[in-house]
Amino acid sequence: MELTGAEIVCESLLQEGVDVLFGLPGGAVLPFYGALSKYPQLRHILVRHEQAAVMAADGYARVTGKVGVCCATSGPGATNLVTGIAGAQMDSVPLVVITGQVPRPAIGRDAFQETDVTGITLPVTKHNYLVMDVADVAGSIKEAFHIARTGRPGPVLVDIPKDVLLGDRTEFVWPERVNLPGYNPPGEAEAGQIERAARLINQAERPVIMAGHGVVIARAFKELQELAEKAQIPVVTTLLGLGSLAPDHLLHLGMPGMHGLAYASLALDQADLVISLGARFDDRVTGRVSDFVPNAKKIHFDIDPSEFNKNMRVDVAVLGDLQLSLRQLVPRVERQVHLQWLQTIDTLRAEHPPFNIRQTEELLPQYVLQQLSEVTQGEAIVVTGVGQHQMWAAQYYRFKEPNTWLTSGGLGAMGYEVPAALGAKVGRPDKTVWSIAGDGGFQMTMCDLATAVESQIDVKFAILNNGVLGMVHQWQEFFYDRDFFATVYTGNPDFVKIAEAYGIKGIRVTDKAQVVGAIQEAMETPGPVVVDFRVKPDEQVYPMIPAGESVKEMMEEPVPERIP
Amino acid sequence: MAGNGRHHTIAALVQDKPGVLTRVASLFRRRGFNIASLAVGKSEQAGLSRMTFVVVGDQYTVDQATKQLDKLIDVVRVSDITNEDLVARELVLIKVKSTPETRGEIIEMVHLFRANIVDVGTQTLVVEITGEEDKINALINLLEPFGIAETMRTGRVAMVRGQADGRVSDSIGIDFYGNGRSGEEPTAPGTYEGV
Ligand SMILES: Cc1cc2nc3c(=O)[nH]c(=O)nc-3n(C[C@H](O)[C@H](O)[C@H](O)COP(=O)(O)OP(=O)(O)OC[C@H]3O[C@@H](n4cnc5c(N)ncnc54)[C@H](O)[C@@H]3O)c2cc1C
Ligand SMILES: Cc1ncc(C[n+]2csc(CCOP(=O)(O)OP(=O)(O)O)c2C)c(N)n1
Repeated sequence: MELTGAEIVCESLLQEGVDVLFGLPGGAVLPFYGALSKYPQLRHILVRHEQAAVMAADGYARVTGKVGVCCATSGPGATNLVTGIAGAQMDSVPLVVITGQVPRPAIGRDAFQETDVTGITLPVTKHNYLVMDVADVAGSIKEAFHIARTGRPGPVLVDIPKDVLLGDRTEFVWPERVNLPGYNPPGEAEAGQIERAARLINQAERPVIMAGHGVVIARAFKELQELAEKAQIPVVTTLLGLGSLAPDHLLHLGMPGMHGLAYASLALDQADLVISLGARFDDRVTGRVSDFVPNAKKIHFDIDPSEFNKNMRVDVAVLGDLQLSLRQLVPRVERQVHLQWLQTIDTLRAEHPPFNIRQTEELLPQYVLQQLSEVTQGEAIVVTGVGQHQMWAAQYYRFKEPNTWLTSGGLGAMGYEVPAALGAKVGRPDKTVWSIAGDGGFQMTMCDLATAVESQIDVKFAILNNGVLGMVHQWQEFFYDRDFFATVYTGNPDFVKIAEAYGIKGIRVTDKAQVVGAIQEAMETPGPVVVDFRVKPDEQVYPMIPAGESVKEMMEEPVPERIP
Repeated sequence: MAGNGRHHTIAALVQDKPGVLTRVASLFRRRGFNIASLAVGKSEQAGLSRMTFVVVGDQYTVDQATKQLDKLIDVVRVSDITNEDLVARELVLIKVKSTPETRGEIIEMVHLFRANIVDVGTQTLVVEITGEEDKINALINLLEPFGIAETMRTGRVAMVRGQADGRVSDSIGIDFYGNGRSGEEPTAPGTYEGV
């Protein structure tokens, strides 16, 4: 069968099992759209801004574990993708991003809508391709999917000039295998390293497991639980590791770090062994590295060897896919009880009780999230923006299942909440999907409410509307002499009317008593709904370990206000 | 990341793909590695090139640099060959100012170093020298008083000396784990106050 470059792209996507992609067309990529219209098996979801296309693909990938696909035109279309690509790279999300490029003869001439997108995205992709020959289209796409999904996942961009897409008709040959001599993702761990790790675990008296995103990516939930239970090791989960262990599991301590639960951070501080399972010792977790887990030996399990000793010097590094590594490890770990250690942690927990919400008539954002968790029974997919609402969602939502928590962790890109939620719902139509936004982040991408309406993507949008760029406001409160410059929004729109303008339901909540009813009403209403929660504006996220400091400098919510 | 430390020689085998040099250079810049020299050329195998880098830094920085290089898809193999038995050479062209009075002295010095005069102009001589950096630097120091108009250095190229098992420079491997590294600590990342 002789096909054009564009048709070869479509056939290749089918070969890779793609059934949906997010995008927005333009001149250079139009030949691809011309082909796409003849492939109804490939559902194309038209967005309003390319950032939404890539972030929706990211949301889709995180809930399904499959590769998310998006596309855009050259120049401004491609540059609009960059934030989303960088986020996927930071958080190890598998994406294939297809961009149109100006025709080959025009490359390098500053042609209309020409940008060097492979150059621009070089440091924020796992790999990228500029496909200069129609004969290379199928192979490049196959490689792109292979690279995106294997090893440490990440985004791969494929830039295809318009004349290659139009191309002379060429025989479509789907390569049987990829030829990547420089790419060999690790599989099983070396027995010697497993042995070293087991020895340290068996000797430890106060061990803590730090479960990271790697557990989720490797789907090593069962193995994590086996390890924790067999040796009775308490588990903290990073922001991106949330959901890897059931929230009510007795060994689960929750999130540590800058805005983690106090007793989780304190438990780490007292540990004599920290076992990182696919967590990369991010600075939001460690604070000042020299004071992080000062008395502990460290074991680091990771699939990316460059993470070993990058931020934190570790005693034992175990290279491999986490699921396989843990299967190798668990039989070598002795049964333990660690009674004293678990009692110490119980005491820490009693002294620093988590999840207490001040008793007040005011509408607190924490209360909204706690109620959302209750009403949805921890079973919704929750997608957040970045800021205070993100931290409260991490603290108060009790995720029952993995792959239901989506947040921009490493890049911390505001605006993620709307489009990623769309992608999540497309990937998991069976689940209730809640987008939790700040009024700041929501306004960065709310144009894509139109996408939800047009493509009938039933997402519930909660805005924790505090009228400020809350998290930055908090930093000004604590560290910039309460100089609230440029963080107060006085020109916010009426979000209920915004919803109505898009033809969907908008609900305003100003009173605590309305919260549960509004959540239920939103879920009972078919189709997208926006709920504008007018929350108390000057609320701070506690605890807080200031950037670059240690758990000793942790600020907890002032005690008198705490209700036992 | 960079910082003080000694010079490490790193050998890499890379695929001959457009942009591979950009990828490597961009990586060094982005991660703040301090690179003293980079030499690249075709290898004995079709489609593959060899690179020699000289990286300055402590052991952790160099471990990190090799592991990051190894992550690049187009990089087939990398190794830190600093502690191997090496043949390391650099080629340098030196344009040195000369007058009829100094010419003889310069030529004598050049021959002492087994270097060559490859161009004789009315006011300058071009000297070609191949060797290890120490030898080259010594000659440059001696020529300095005459006035050096221009130098052009290729950067170090290096190869592990003959081995019975026929192994090549880039097959030594890299230290993924840092097992038993003691004493030195990795350079602490700077405090980052982002929100
Ligand atoms: C405002 C804000 C505040 C924040 N505060 C906190 C906080 O208080 N606490 C906190 O924890 N985070 C916080 N974060 C998030 C933080 O920035 C990081 O994104 C997060 O801690 C990283 O978690 P991680 O290391 O588990 O995941 P990633 O950064 O995704 O790292 C995953 C690791 O797993 C490895 N991996 C991937 N696949 C596999 C596999 N198959 N097998 C083995 N290993 C694998 C990867 O190589 C990588 O090293 C905050 C973010 C924001 C925006
Ligand atoms: C794209 C982007 N720009 C700026 C920032 C810096 N920043 C971090 S949190 C924050 C405030 C977020 O405000 P909002 O979305 O209203 O959420 P809140 O903190 O009030 O819950 C800002 C501006 C960011 N993370 N992302």
